[in-house]
Amino acid sequence: MNNIVTIIKKELARFFGDKRLVFTTVIMPGLLIFLMYSLMGEGMMKQLTTEEDYVAKGYAVNMPSELEPMMQGLNIDWETWDGKGEEKKDEILKAIADGEKDLLLYFPEGFMTEMAAYDLQTAKGAAPNVEIYYSSEKSNSYTTVSKLQNFFEAYEESMVNKYDVNAGMGEGTFGAYDQASETGILGKMLSGLLPMLIMTFIFSGCQGVAPESIAGEKERGTIATLLVTPVKRSALALGKVISLSVIALMAGVSSFLGTIFSLPKMMGNEVNFDAMTFGVSDYVLLLVVIVSTVLVMVSIISIISANAKSVKEATTMMAPFMIAVMLISILPMLGMDIGGKAAYLIPLFNSVKVMTGIFGFNTDLTMAMVTVGVNLVATGVLVTVLTKMFGSENVMFGK
Amino acid sequence: MEELLQVKELRKTFTLSAKQQKIENTKEKVKVAVDGLSFTAYKGEVFGLLGPNGAGKTTTLRMLATLIKPDSGDAILDGASIVKEPEKVREKIGFLTSELKLEDFFTPNYQFDFFSGLYGVDPQVAAARKKEIFERFGIDRFAEVKVGNLSTGMKQKVSLVVSLVHDPDVVIFDEPTNGLDVLTAKVVTDFLLDLKSRGKTIIVSTHIFSLIEKICDRVGIVINGKMVECNTLKELCGDKSLEERFFEIYEERVGKIDE
Repeated sequence: MNNIVTIIKKELARFFGDKRLVFTTVIMPGLLIFLMYSLMGEGMMKQLTTEEDYVAKGYAVNMPSELEPMMQGLNIDWETWDGKGEEKKDEILKAIADGEKDLLLYFPEGFMTEMAAYDLQTAKGAAPNVEIYYSSEKSNSYTTVSKLQNFFEAYEESMVNKYDVNAGMGEGTFGAYDQASETGILGKMLSGLLPMLIMTFIFSGCQGVAPESIAGEKERGTIATLLVTPVKRSALALGKVISLSVIALMAGVSSFLGTIFSLPKMMGNEVNFDAMTFGVSDYVLLLVVIVSTVLVMVSIISIISANAKSVKEATTMMAPFMIAVMLISILPMLGMDIGGKAAYLIPLFNSVKVMTGIFGFNTDLTMAMVTVGVNLVATGVLVTVLTKMFGSENVMFGK
Repeated sequence: MEELLQVKELRKTFTLSAKQQKIENTKEKVKVAVDGLSFTAYKGEVFGLLGPNGAGKTTTLRMLATLIKPDSGDAILDGASIVKEPEKVREKIGFLTSELKLEDFFTPNYQFDFFSGLYGVDPQVAAARKKEIFERFGIDRFAEVKVGNLSTGMKQKVSLVVSLVHDPDVVIFDEPTNGLDVLTAKVVTDFLLDLKSRGKTIIVSTHIFSLIEKICDRVGIVINGKMVECNTLKELCGDKSLEERFFEIYEERVGKIDE
């Protein structure tokens, strides 16, 4: 037991003694995630605000008077042009390309009459074609043309409207047709997103420290110095796994906090975060599940690292495991529930399932306990394997 | 004299990879590194293993230090078997080889405390031992400098000191002066003599004749994994120098050196 503590102290002293390592492993991920997501969120919000306030500048040719009032909500300042003269058209198109104007809307002559007379069943020619010239590289032009296309699609649908489904459904219709609660919607969003993010953060936290501590020690020859002491191989394996788990957990928590604090800015007004009603027990349960997950993940990465001859090789060998973690983490996001209750017996996958439940405000305490138990047993088995590996001269000193 | 180490028919083979076969210029897939090697070391003596590179000296010492296991045979060190009781053996020995490295990140001070902890040395005893041995090797001047910033000689001194944190009765040193400058080599040699005077049993491997002549009571000559001669220096050499005698034995066993 004393030797386990000595190994843990040494690993933590190695980590915390290197300020740069602490910054890049623990502080930077959380900080970067917070800044990145916040800036992305604010950027998107800013863009949306600009779109709403912006008055686009467009040219219209043969604009039917019936459509003009309907298009008022699109915030386009129309300049009428008779459509004559190639030079003028080139001038307009250049202005659009330069971003001085946003679009040119070109109706064929007699558009309304032609459109009313057109019958898909009996028509011999093509339907009347409305041309919109724009520039997709200019965001104002692109956004305005998108709005305009939506308008025309809606207008075309209204021409042949035979029936509606949930007419008038939109903002403020909660409870009328959609029976979901705000908490439920928030839970669906969080349970799809956060388990994947947490698993990713835990993995990157483990990946950042375990190869260096085990494959790195093999590469530098310092593991042999430890192996020649009377320290039990099991104490060495357990000491490494516990200390690396502490560090990986800190890295994971940092990333998690960065995500949580930036989520309101990231999601904007789409989600009501006031509906978040997690209790202390949820947070405690989440922490326990995360700790057990970290233990399993660190143990697996430690075994992979012990097999590698160098940190570089360990990182390469870790790729299949990383893909597996990503795969099981993304399932809740896709709304897939595989394996039912039996899936709680699969380490790591069970963690994803429990976290999905917690974030979906649908915690199954029994299954959470099963998950923690299974993960701890798995850790025990993996540490035993790691112990055997520390005792194997082929693994430790094989060329 | 009391027998402290009995090495019995130690044998160790290594499987060669295709790359290693090419380097060794052989088609054999298995290399016999140590081939039924036996010897005895007595309490308080310095026993030297002498042989050319690749003779199996280091492999023998690695087996004695329990870093690797023999394919067959055993060695009993102060009553403990290297095969059956490796942890007991590790408690009793101090092992130094260039293969064992110290973490560059830590200071000699930290390294000493860390390894004292692993050997379960009482902190007060460890502190007193550290003070004495650091002063002796001049490590106290750079005790708080990270090992990565030390010269090769300084690093070797720290490695040597760290291998002795628990004041073991048996000291196993593989090429202890290899790569050291003459001053550091003298400090190490003097220290080995000091350990001998304190009744420690020392097993040392080297290919430096003068070191063997200076510190060893008995010497074993290892060629191609086999112990070909094992005796006191006087019995082994007679009127000849160790160097002359070694080459005589080598040529008897292997053939002319330039062949």
